[in-house]
Amino acid sequence: MTATESTDVLVVGSGFGGAIAAYHLSAGGARVVVLERGPWLEGKDFDHDYLLGSSYTKVFDFVAGEGMSILGGNCVGGGSVVYFAALPRAPRFIFERQGSIGRRMWPASIDRDALDPWYDRVAEAIPSRPQTWNDVSYPGGLWAACCNNAGHTANPVPVGIDTAKCTNCNWMMAGCRFDAKRSLLFNYLPAAIAHGTQIRPLHEVQHLTRNEDGGYRVHYSVVDDEDYRVHTGGGTIDAKIVILAAGAGATPVILQRSEQHLGTMPHGVGRYFSGNGERLFTAAMNEDRVRDVLGLSRPDGRAYEAFQIGKGPTVACWDYLDAARAEFDRFSLEQLYFPPGLGTILAQAPGVTSGPSWFGLEKKKFLEKWKSWLIIFQMTEDNNEGVFGPPPPTGNAYRISQQMLGRGPLRYEPTPQTLRGWELADQACRDILERDGLSTGEPWTNDVVGAYTVHPLSSCRIGDDPATSALDDRHELRNHPGIFVTDGSSVPCGLTVNPAMTIAALAERSMPGIVHAAQERGISVTYGAPSPDGSTNGRRGVTRLVPTLVPD
Amino acid sequence: MQPGSPGEDQARTTTLEAFADTIIPGEKRSPDDRAIAGVASGGGAVVCGALEVLNDPATGITEGLAYLAESLNGHAEAYAAEHGLEPDSTVPPFVSLSYEHRAALVQRLVAPGNPERDGWVLLALFSNMAFDCAPHLHTGEAIAAGHPGLLAMGFAKPDEDGLWRFPDYSYNRPLANLHPDTIESGSLG
Repeated sequence: MTATESTDVLVVGSGFGGAIAAYHLSAGGARVVVLERGPWLEGKDFDHDYLLGSSYTKVFDFVAGEGMSILGGNCVGGGSVVYFAALPRAPRFIFERQGSIGRRMWPASIDRDALDPWYDRVAEAIPSRPQTWNDVSYPGGLWAACCNNAGHTANPVPVGIDTAKCTNCNWMMAGCRFDAKRSLLFNYLPAAIAHGTQIRPLHEVQHLTRNEDGGYRVHYSVVDDEDYRVHTGGGTIDAKIVILAAGAGATPVILQRSEQHLGTMPHGVGRYFSGNGERLFTAAMNEDRVRDVLGLSRPDGRAYEAFQIGKGPTVACWDYLDAARAEFDRFSLEQLYFPPGLGTILAQAPGVTSGPSWFGLEKKKFLEKWKSWLIIFQMTEDNNEGVFGPPPPTGNAYRISQQMLGRGPLRYEPTPQTLRGWELADQACRDILERDGLSTGEPWTNDVVGAYTVHPLSSCRIGDDPATSALDDRHELRNHPGIFVTDGSSVPCGLTVNPAMTIAALAERSMPGIVHAAQERGISVTYGAPSPDGSTNGRRGVTRLVPTLVPD
Repeated sequence: MQPGSPGEDQARTTTLEAFADTIIPGEKRSPDDRAIAGVASGGGAVVCGALEVLNDPATGITEGLAYLAESLNGHAEAYAAEHGLEPDSTVPPFVSLSYEHRAALVQRLVAPGNPERDGWVLLALFSNMAFDCAPHLHTGEAIAAGHPGLLAMGFAKPDEDGLWRFPDYSYNRPLANLHPDTIESGSLG
């Protein structure tokens, strides 16, 4: 144990919530240290390899809970390194959602109009842009054609990808080897480092204690760079402000573990978790019907056989994102690539009436059609059912494998509303995909590791009601001044679309208030940095909003 | 896996192979192959390297294999008795079951609500992975060596530098109308 260091601001995690905070605070003049539990990898380190110990297993965390498992980033850059770079904005109706609490879940100060200028800031920083049909890979094109055949619209999704560099290798979940994915490694993080932010990889924060001066002491372990089950040391850092951005599967766990030192946590810490209503549906296409019904063919004459080709999700059907539909009846259907291993084990062979469907003989036959697979990612309105049980001794899980796999304390029992949303989304998938004999498919089983989310949310959420939200609308932890949460846990509910854009926009929106809080604690810092590349349109767009985000 | 007597090691291996073959079945390696039930053509999880994967300490399951194999055989004995199946003392109890009975027992073991399901789920997970992503091998080398699972799935070969690229990737034309509320950013307004 070394002597305690000190800094102005300690940021836990280097994904969207952490990177954006580190950039603005260090650009504004604060001393910032970022502790990241995962390794620090970059382009050349990202392997095209499923070998245990390759970047594919190093940069992920797969934590199995009861009824819900979470796949999340575990590296410098967090989710932005492993995600598919889909960056849609949340639909307007999302901000009016009530869930099961009988009143609006979002703070009164936030709706789509209020968030749009912050979305614009993020879109400029990353940058995000719409795809053309020429960018859309075969699976996305196939999904669009299926939707069209069923009388639906379909949209190429906006992405943070430099398509000129993209090779459509579909290894982007293991980190982008070709620097085409505009992860945080290319914008907020290098800009933060240029302003003096220190990033320390393989530093896993365990808990916080309070100092007499009103600041906090952050207690961390140092994780072995190959075997994450092994801790090689530890230490503490004092900070006047702590920003938690460890991800919705880890931030509440750190706070729960800190409760014995800091005092009672708000009720919303570790409750109201949302898996973004996620569910997956895998179909095996009938190649002849794809050619005959949809008129699709590739230059080599094949109709499809292109599941492996592309860049994650490229096309979504947003027809069910209709504000006129009842809450829990709205969802998006997005084509998605999920690689073998994580993306195959839960897929069920269609048409199995007796015997196993996710393993066994029929499953093997289904795997042999892998080239003709199409996966549809359903993002529905779930009911914030997730609750975290007692924290494990360290980290956010009992680690099983040297990397990636662990058992965590999350418990998720889907309510009838959530189950209804999944059922409606399943029906819609079948209606589109099985029409005219195009394919047969099944949703992934929830019987193995529960439901499955790659977009954990809401486990420490913002809101106006202290009974159902852990944070106020400036992202400060209730009754624990100086602790802020800026990651996906702060998002109040499932969004029916990929949430990265909204997580980032909320983090951007929280910055003026956090800078103000830092100033009140004597830190010399100002708000007003341009975009990481120096652009200023986004800053101009939010200037009028900044005064509304600091206390009178 | 802790080494035991040669007989114990053999029984454990055969049992775990039979489990892996239940997850992704394959054809027998030889006429007297008892571990592999032989209900499918082509290679299954076993020839894809399931035991190599399970015995890699990186998985975190290796230390528990002896217990799991023993427990699996205990469940198989009970299952056989329950169904009035004739015991075959020449092979471990799970291996003596037909494929259909193995699959039915595994379904029971991994079912939601079984308090001891975690170990069986892990065994199933890594057995499946041996077939569909060969996590004990470099992927490019596995494909070059003719890994039966990746080959059966049609996983494409990498370029000469070991990286994958798909220059032919798009139908290159509009294939649906856009949602009428689409705005300039590409999102819904």
